[in-house]
Amino acid sequence: MNKDLPGWVDFGLLPLLNLLTAFVVAGLVVLAIGEDPIEAVGHIIYGAFGYGNGVGYTLFYTTNFIFTGLAVAVAFHASQFNIGGEGQAYLGGLGVGVACLMLDQYLPWWGILPVAILLGASFGAIWAAIPGILYAKRGAHVVITTIMFNFISFSLMNYLINEYLKVPGNASVQSRTFEQTAWMPKLTWFEGVMPGISTSPANLSFIIALIACVFVYILIWRTKFGYEVRVYGANPSAARYAGISTTRVVVLTMAISGALAGLMGLNPVMGDQTRIFLDIPQQAGFVGIAVALMGRSHPLWIVFAALLFGTLYQGGAELAFEMPAITRDMIVVIQGLVILFAGAMEFMFRPWVARAFSMRETANG
Amino acid sequence: MGDFIPDLSTVVALTDGTLRGATPLLLACLAGLYSERSGVFDIGLEGKILIAAFAGAAVGITTGSAVVAVAAAIGASTLFALIHGLACITFRGNQIVSGVAINFLALGLAAVAGNAIFHMGGRTPQLPASARLNGGDSWFTPMLEGMGRYGEAVNEIAFDQSVFVYIAFAAVPFTWWVLYRTRFGMRLRAVGENPAAVDTAGISVTALRFKAVMCAGVLCGLSGATLSMALNSGYINNMSAGRGFIALAALIFAKWRPVQAMFACLLFAFLSASESRLQGTEVLGFEIPVQLVQAMPYLLVVILLAGFIGQARAPKAGGVPYVKER
Repeated sequence: MNKDLPGWVDFGLLPLLNLLTAFVVAGLVVLAIGEDPIEAVGHIIYGAFGYGNGVGYTLFYTTNFIFTGLAVAVAFHASQFNIGGEGQAYLGGLGVGVACLMLDQYLPWWGILPVAILLGASFGAIWAAIPGILYAKRGAHVVITTIMFNFISFSLMNYLINEYLKVPGNASVQSRTFEQTAWMPKLTWFEGVMPGISTSPANLSFIIALIACVFVYILIWRTKFGYEVRVYGANPSAARYAGISTTRVVVLTMAISGALAGLMGLNPVMGDQTRIFLDIPQQAGFVGIAVALMGRSHPLWIVFAALLFGTLYQGGAELAFEMPAITRDMIVVIQGLVILFAGAMEFMFRPWVARAFSMRETANG
Repeated sequence: MGDFIPDLSTVVALTDGTLRGATPLLLACLAGLYSERSGVFDIGLEGKILIAAFAGAAVGITTGSAVVAVAAAIGASTLFALIHGLACITFRGNQIVSGVAINFLALGLAAVAGNAIFHMGGRTPQLPASARLNGGDSWFTPMLEGMGRYGEAVNEIAFDQSVFVYIAFAAVPFTWWVLYRTRFGMRLRAVGENPAAVDTAGISVTALRFKAVMCAGVLCGLSGATLSMALNSGYINNMSAGRGFIALAALIFAKWRPVQAMFACLLFAFLSASESRLQGTEVLGFEIPVQLVQAMPYLLVVILLAGFIGQARAPKAGGVPYVKER
């Protein structure tokens, strides 16, 4: 079982087999509904990449998933399972929104942006650091506490928006719209390459997400702290004997994880809706789990995994339009299948592949 | 602010609401208890409840038979439990990841299948009366109703409930008995604490854990059936609405013990039943927001886990796949 296999098998072939299985099963579900899976894939790809507006939506969703995927991945490196991306992103959205509401009378977007980043990241960081502290100091599992914190955040935000942020006399549960000068610019530079993209909600947050990827790469693989995180993640007791502080590693890693999830708030709040509203993350926090698993917790692969899910989300809308028998919920099914086969059942094919390899070796030897 | 002595109808409504609300929680909570006591964490309770609620409603509508519908609910939930078992026990995958997958899969499949079959945007039509299990008159009804308003109150609370309420509360002593007084229960607890010892005794860890996971499947099936066949009449998208996670919170709050699990579920159900009544109540000049009441189960668990109300110790081998010694 634990036979060593070449790196390209463990990190290339097996994940690919798992992903393929997930898509084959998803195809079977489409078949069971009585539609053609190949045609369905065609609709998804056209919807996601066929025209400028579609590409923009794909990038918009991808941006969310990069942030939440990075958040889950960073925690994974310290062997912490942060399921709280949803709540952290929700509070991050609050932070971003508060920055905009406070400053939009005085500053243009580029003046507000640093404050929005700071508040969004720190709100998310605090929301993740508390479970981190509870684990480091009290041994409370992060999985359970972050799940609970998700639900607490839903109630908290519901309360805050209703009691403090709602415009009096207005029925809709949301804050006032930010001044137009505070809106995050759309990706207008790409208008030449991809006409129509600026009619979509895709905005500068996409670039910030890519910068966050570089930040995470440097943090985890190029700094002393990142080394400590990886040592702790691989073997907590070894890390303790080496003099690495559990509290410091766990709490800081969770805070950074939460900050990344919190930054997701930039995209929908400052870039698209330009107000604080109910259910800001819209499940992106949970999609982050699938993205991090598929991306093997590495920023480069996370970008591709996020793009895959962005494609599914935008393409799924097109699919639901073209094939009314299939609703957008099909994306949720695919998401579940990817998490199941690429995550929970990741070792499923390994014994068979290992056997195939040892047979080849005996044949050659 | 109203007066603090509630009248009879309020008491009846609150008690009734608490019992009804506690039922799906309790069934799911006991489901989690079997699974987690055997060393298999289960955050997929929510998904199993949901798929069971859907299967119960869908089959109830097509066959018109409550018995077949409940069987379908249990079957669907157990199938998902087996997927969880396959991933976590057989393939030694991560139990949390598998739970997350189960939740997504159930949410998506129920909506996709529901729309494909009934074309109502994910919901099902109303259940026919023959496929509903929402209580009704019993042998005691005529006698109790002849006893004035207190008799009626007793009837409404104790004898007018759906069959699921009785199953759920009977499952508590039954689970206690299984867990602490039967060979299966002893082994179940042992495999959650020290699987290697159980293995050394010549008992299959895999088989025991699969049995535990299937117990969880059956109970979640009943929980889901309660939602779509007793509390509601049909399936509504995402109708479990976080109950699987409240059940999980109750399980931790009860420190993985059956009788305490019942009290935790009753407490959480009482909070939810009294939500609307608590709204606007002032405590020390501070108005209690309804959102605080809604968040209470989760807050209580966090406070518990922080070590302010005793210590919650999970089964020792929980979350760790067992690798047989070679």
